[in-house]
This record gives sequence, structure tokens and C-alpha cells, in this order.
Amino acid sequence: MFGKLTLAAIPYQNPIILGAVAFMVICVIAVLALVTYFRFWSTLWNDWLTSVDHKRIGVMYIVLATIMLLRGFADALMMRLQQALASAGGPGYLPPEHFDQVFTAHGVIMIFFMAMPFIVGLMNVVVPMQIGARDVAFPYMNSLSFWLTVAGAILVNLSLGIGDFAKTGWLAYPPLSELHMSPGVGVDYYIWSLQIAGIGTLLGGVNMITTILRMRAPGMTLMRMPIFTWTSLCSNMLIVAAFPALTATLAMLSLDRYLGMHFFTAGSGGNPMMYINLIWIWGHPEVYILVLPCFGVYSEVVATFSGKPLFGYTSMVYATVCITVLSFMVWLHHFFTMGSGADVNAFFGIMTMIIAVPTGVKIFNWLFTIYRGRLRFEPPVLWTLGFMVTFTIGGMTGVLMAVPPADFVLHNSLFLIAHFHNAIIGGVVFGVMAGMNYWFPKAFGFKLDPFWGKVSFWCWIIGFYVAFMPLYALGLMGMTRRLDTPHNPIWHTYLVVAMIGAVIIFLGILAELVQIAVSLRNREVLRDVTGDPWQGRTLEWATSSPPAYYNFPTTPIVTARDAFWDMKQRGVAMQPLGTYHQIHMPRNTATGLIIAGFATVLGFALIWHIWWLAGATFVVAFGVAIGKSFDEDRDYYVPVEEIERTEKRYFAQLPSEG
Amino acid sequence: MSGLYGMARRRNWLRRTRNIALLGAIAPLLGGCHYALLDPAGPIGQDELNIIYLATGLMLLVVVPVIVLTLLFAWRYRASNTKATYRPEWSHSGKIEVVIWSIPAIIVAILGYVTWTTSHTLDPYRPIASANKPVEVEVASLNWKWLFIYPQLGIATVNELAFPVDTPVEFRLTSSRVMNAFFIPRLGTQIYTMAGMQTRLSLMADRVGTYQGMSSNFSGDGFSTMRFAAKAMSAKDFGAWVEKVRASHEALTLSAYRKLAKPSENLPVEHYATVAPHLFHDILNLCTDGQTCIDAQHMARRMTSHGHEMAMAKRPHTLAHGS
Repeated sequence: MFGKLTLAAIPYQNPIILGAVAFMVICVIAVLALVTYFRFWSTLWNDWLTSVDHKRIGVMYIVLATIMLLRGFADALMMRLQQALASAGGPGYLPPEHFDQVFTAHGVIMIFFMAMPFIVGLMNVVVPMQIGARDVAFPYMNSLSFWLTVAGAILVNLSLGIGDFAKTGWLAYPPLSELHMSPGVGVDYYIWSLQIAGIGTLLGGVNMITTILRMRAPGMTLMRMPIFTWTSLCSNMLIVAAFPALTATLAMLSLDRYLGMHFFTAGSGGNPMMYINLIWIWGHPEVYILVLPCFGVYSEVVATFSGKPLFGYTSMVYATVCITVLSFMVWLHHFFTMGSGADVNAFFGIMTMIIAVPTGVKIFNWLFTIYRGRLRFEPPVLWTLGFMVTFTIGGMTGVLMAVPPADFVLHNSLFLIAHFHNAIIGGVVFGVMAGMNYWFPKAFGFKLDPFWGKVSFWCWIIGFYVAFMPLYALGLMGMTRRLDTPHNPIWHTYLVVAMIGAVIIFLGILAELVQIAVSLRNREVLRDVTGDPWQGRTLEWATSSPPAYYNFPTTPIVTARDAFWDMKQRGVAMQPLGTYHQIHMPRNTATGLIIAGFATVLGFALIWHIWWLAGATFVVAFGVAIGKSFDEDRDYYVPVEEIERTEKRYFAQLPSEG
Repeated sequence: MSGLYGMARRRNWLRRTRNIALLGAIAPLLGGCHYALLDPAGPIGQDELNIIYLATGLMLLVVVPVIVLTLLFAWRYRASNTKATYRPEWSHSGKIEVVIWSIPAIIVAILGYVTWTTSHTLDPYRPIASANKPVEVEVASLNWKWLFIYPQLGIATVNELAFPVDTPVEFRLTSSRVMNAFFIPRLGTQIYTMAGMQTRLSLMADRVGTYQGMSSNFSGDGFSTMRFAAKAMSAKDFGAWVEKVRASHEALTLSAYRKLAKPSENLPVEHYATVAPHLFHDILNLCTDGQTCIDAQHMARRMTSHGHEMAMAKRPHTLAHGS
């Protein structure tokens, strides 16, 4: 009846896990209680959960990312504490089977459920507005994508309290992830949470590409698109090209695990090396999926706050496209030590270095955008400068490891760990933080508090260096990754320092939460009535903040690259129009939420081998999706009077008009 | 007078800060023995260290200016500094574009050349040139310990690897089940060990000493304990060590191997005076429990299917029959 699921699956004998579960349950109950207390249910349901508005879906993505950041960071702190304690001698406080789950969960959560949703959320909020569109191409599919990502996140979190998570490392290399070495449900949680969330990501990629290619405002040629839109386009092309590789790889692994096949088993014709190649064919582009949109954020921020157009727009675009293409030709550098021939290793090493050229060009472009500008040190700029310094170092260590003989000693060491955190924190996390500080006033109508923004920035950057520079050193000492008991008294000091760094970063995360709370309280002081709080250059600033759900009362006409800046120069920005026309908009729908709900149960049933439930939920989810396609009442027209009313309210509050 | 004094004091202070900074930068290097990779005990590790220094140095040529310029420009062109030039429309310069594309391109071209040549000279499979005859060692990573078989000597050990100094050691490596990586940081190159496949590696120590060896690729619960001592000895000491192993009463028969291969952690060093015939071949071909060996399966398949040979790359997973 319940497959492999028994009461024994609940780890009630483990106080650490039990505490974490209790904490999460209390948080969920508290949120539900607050929603009930403030009678927020109908707003929540009608305006958010069932919304197909790209801005709201984007915000929900970012909320999900923030929650998962806390979860993933708790894992990071646990790891740092374990290594700091155990390096002094003794077992530490986490047994290996728990420590192994913690580092696996940390990687999976941070990449799939923190970085990805954050990036996708930013793209969702900003891209349609940057191209002068009213929504994405497929609004209902957008909602479905989001909820499928949530489904994956729920499954990962369920594994904490019911059963266990994978103990394999975040890429679940076979044969360790095969049934005979990982007989529990951990790897199955891994597979199904990524498969379900992965479908969401893939659909989101299709959606965003279509939106950018088909829905740009008249006059916005490709070479007039804002750089963030360009990088989003490239990033989504990578999603569409790379995620099927992940889906196929995980599908083959599940065939091995569920049906006794031998794609990746050691022996019986299987070949684990194939898995490692395939997963990195997805995995390396994934890095660029994350970092390219952040490059876009930095480009927007640097240009806006320097009061200048971006230096070398054309070379920036070509550099982005170069990186997009090249990112598919470097995957083997993740396993130079597998014994490929010197020709193969050298080829992939050199391809990897070549990516450093367009990346270097980008850095110089930002540098020369600041040159002879008027740089305003708002929080987004701090994050950008922090990125330029930090990412340059991370890039250097990355190119170093692209030299195969250097990698032969640095691979799998803490040097590698320090490198990719250097690139991902310095590149991606700083980028999404810059983006959040930059676009928050657009989404909510008031700026984020700059003081707490700066506190958060300084904690993050100082914490980063304190946490990861010792890891570089430890790598050179020959300390390898994923050690639950790194018994070495010399390493101890470094690991304690690294833990202190992690705590400083944690203060940065808390400061970010305080920043949001303080800004919410002081929202009247921080209010932006113009819709253009930073003297912006691109179209998203051409409308009110927060924008009306239809974004633009009339579709803007683009005549130059920095479209909004150009409008301001010509004196046509923020001018009320005499006549409006009715606007065609999509209706909200709960279908995405319902399908994802069934997908969550489906995933759970597959993990626990509850076949009847899996069959039933699959049929229902499929049925709901098909049923939705017969729904003719998907859209409506916003009457002219409503548009006039909304726009009048906006223009009435503009300082010049008032 | 006071100005002069102040200047002298400032210079003094400057010198002191510089000394502290220098010390801070070098201090970790002084304790070189802590930094395994910076203190190699063999030619492979030494060459790899040189490459690390060379590549880092080359990249610092551009990294340092970029970081300095970032901070300098950001400060110089801060909004409050109205004395600085402001050119709100300037966004293109052909000359700068040429420079910013070519500087990284030149550095990468040099690095690319270094990469191509050193990937070949330091290919793990490449034998090390030496007047001394290489010592062969067959390595199997088991859950969670290391088995070393000396085919030329007919002995085997667990969690202890000994070899003569200044003599190339030629490893052939595989794994009983899970993938691991064989790594002795002070000697250089690591390489994966994979079940059903064979990788190869040549290392050499030019200094007598005991070096930490380990698995560097996560392999499950006992992974952290998968460490071994790699002992580089004088030829005489090595001879004595071999005699000591031969004097052991233990024999690594097939059944002893099966027992050994069962998951266990923190196994003490074990010496075996004899080894079952073609044990490494059987581990590599996954037939220590009486199954049909993989190479035999391939042979059978080759004879039945008309020339449809299994497509098998030559490296790294040459199965025993091919090597």
C-alpha cells in the first residue's frame, strides 16, 4: 500500500534532524497563522498563487530562492562546523552518513533551488518590461514552470523529515549513486526533485526565448536590446540546449535504479564514465546559465550609475554569444584526471582558457564604462565593484585549473572548492544581490534601505574572503574535498577561520532580511513615485513603479539603444497619452499550481515505490493539463476606462505634474 | 625640522608595514612542509608546481592591473568628484577595443602553448625517463582501503605503499566498486580509479620520506579514512622492506581478498607474502566472486557477433585483455 514507506523512515532518533524538521514545521505554521490572522488568504490566492503576471511570478521565484538560501546556508554552516571541530581530532558532531547528505543537499539546493530561481525570477520580473512587452509569451506556462520548481524544492525538503537525501555529492556520480551502493531513497529524492524542477526550468527557457524573440516593442532590433535581455536570451538558449542532457542522464540513472538496467553500472556493459561526461555536458553550461544574466545585471548597473551608455555594447554582445557557444566545448575540464589522452585534455584546457578572453573583455568594458562617468555608490554599485574584484580572482584560479597538469594536483582539493565559490558567490550571488537592490523599487514602488544594503554587502564580501581564502591555502596543503573527519592539527586553524568567515556571511544574509523588513516599514520615506528612481536608461523604467499589471498603457516605440534614455532626451518620456486602446491580457489560472501539486505527490510516490499513487497522480496531472487546453476563457480585454483611471493616478502623483 | 622628523617617521612606518606585509605573504611559504603542493618530493610534482607558478604569474600580469584600475576608476569617477572629466555620451573607442581583446588573447595564447606542451610531457600515462628500472604496482581501491600488489615481487600490502627513491613507479589502477582517486600530493598527479577499467600513472620520488596518500574522490561513508602512507626509501631499505613483507604469514588468496573487499574502515597496514595469481586482472574484470570476467565476455561476444567488436576507447579503460 505504501511501497517502501514505513514509520521507520522518520528519523526521530536523530536530534539534529528532528530539530531542523521541527523548526521548519513551526515556520510553516507561523506563516499560515499570519496569513490567516491578516485575512490575506484571498489576496494570496487570487493575486499571487494563481497569478500569471510575470512580475508576480518573478517575485515568487525570488521568495523561493531566499527561503532555499537559508536552508542551503544552514547546511554550509553545519559543514564548516563539522570540519572545524573534527580537524582538532575526534569525530565531530556529524556522523559520515549525515555529513554526506549535508554537503550533497548544500550543492543541490544552492544551484538548483537558490541560484536558478533567483536568476529566473530576475529575468521574469525584468525582461518583458525591458523589451516593452505586457507579459511573457506563454503566461500560464510561466506559472506552471514556477510551480514545478516549487514542487522540486518541496521534495528536497521532505527528504529531511521522511527518509534521507542522497549521500553522493551534488552530481551523484555512479557507481556510488547506483542501487547497490545507495540502496536508500536518497538518490531517488535527488532524481525526482531535479527532474520535476528541471521540466519547469526547460519550459521557462522556451518561454523566455519566445518572449525575447517575438515580443519586442517596435523598433527594438536585436542590437538595440538591453544587455540584460541579451544575456537572458543566451542563458535561456543554454537552458534549452543543456537541460535535456540533464533530464536524459537522470532518466538513464533512474532506469538503472528502478528497472535494473546497466547504463552506468560498473560491469554488465555499463559505463560510469558516460554519466560523468553527460552530466557535465549539462553542468558546465549550467555555470554560464547562472552567470550570464548576472553579467547583464552588472552591465545595466554600471551604465545607469555611471550616467553613461555601456562601453563597447557591440563587443559585449559578441563576447556573450562567444561564451554561450564555447560553454558547450569545455565540459571535460571537470575530469582531466580520468585518464583521457594528452590531446583531449589539452584541447579542453585550451577551450576553457579561450572563454577567459570574452570574459576579460567584459570586465574591461565595465571598467571603461566607469571611466569618465559619474559613479554613484548605491548598493547595486557596491555589489558590482565587489564582483569585479572578486570574480577576477576566481577567473584566474579557474584558468589555472584549466591547465591539465595544474589540475592534476588541484583537482578535488579545497582549492577547487574555493575557486568555484569564488566564481559563484563573486559572480552569481553578488549579481542577484545587485539586481535585487536595483530592480526592487521597480517591482514594489519603493527603494531598499541603502544602509542595511551596505551592511549586507560588507558582511558578504569580508565573510567571503575570510571563508574562502583559507580554503585556497588548504587546497595547496593537499586537503581534499568532502572530508567528514579532516584529521590534521595544522588544518584546524584554517578551518576555524573559514567557519568564522561563514558566520560573517550569515550576518550578511541576516542584514539582507533586515534590509527588506526595514524598507517595508519605511516604505513611505523610500517611496519612488516616478517609476525611474535611478535615472535609468532602459524601458523598464519608462513605466510606473510598481507597474500596472499590463506594464505599459501603450506599447513604447523604440528608436535607439538605451530606449528610455533616448525618450528622456527627446522629451517624450513619461508623457500621458490622449487616447488609450483596450489591452489584451491573460486570465489568472490555478492550473499550474494544481498540476505541480500532483507532480509533487507523483514524485513522492515514485521515490517510495507507491505505484498505485504514482499512476493515479500521473493520470490526473496529465488530465488536468489536457483539460486546460480545452479552456477557451483564457484571456480578456482591459477596458479603456480602467486604463485611463490607472494612468491618471500615476501621472497625478508625478512631481512635475503635481 | 618637525616635517623632516615626520617624514622619517612615516618612512619608518612604511618600511615596517611593508615588512609585515611581506612576512604575511611569505609566512605560509616558510612553513613549506605544511603546503604539500608547494614542496614537491618528486619531478612530476615539481614540474606541476612550476606550471602553477608560471600560469599564475602570467595571469597576475593582467589581474593585478584590472583590480587596481577597478578601484582607481571607481574612486576617481565617483559622483562627488566633480573635478574629474565627465563624458556622458562616450561609449566607444576602437583603440581601446583592440587592446582589451588582444591583451587577454595574448596571455591565453601563451598559456595555451604551455597547456599543449605540458599536457603531453606530464601525461600521467607517460613513463618517466630514468636509469633505474621502474617498479610496477597494481593498485585497487576497495571500500574503504587501498590494496597495492607488486607483480614483479609477488607481494601485496594494504594501506601502505613503499618504493625506492629515484626510481619510477608505474601504477596500474582500478577499483573494486566505487570510483576513487589515487593521490599523493607531495609526488604530484592524481588519477581516478574506476571499477572495470584501468588507468595508469607514473610517479617518482627524489627524496626519502613518508608522504600522505589518500583518495581524493568521494566514495561513500568511509571515504575520509581512505588514507595510506607512501614511503619513498633508499634501495637498501626497500629491499629490507620487501623481505619484511615476504616474512609475513599472510597470503592474499582469492578468499582472503573477498573478505578484504567487504566494506570496512580504518584497516591497519597489512602485508601479504603471496598473492593469488592474476588477482589484479580479476579485480579489474570484476570476476573475483566467480563471475565470467569482462574480457572473457567480450571475447565470447566477439566470436559470436560477426566482427561487431565492442567499441572501446583505448584509454583509460583498457580492459585487462587489451593491455
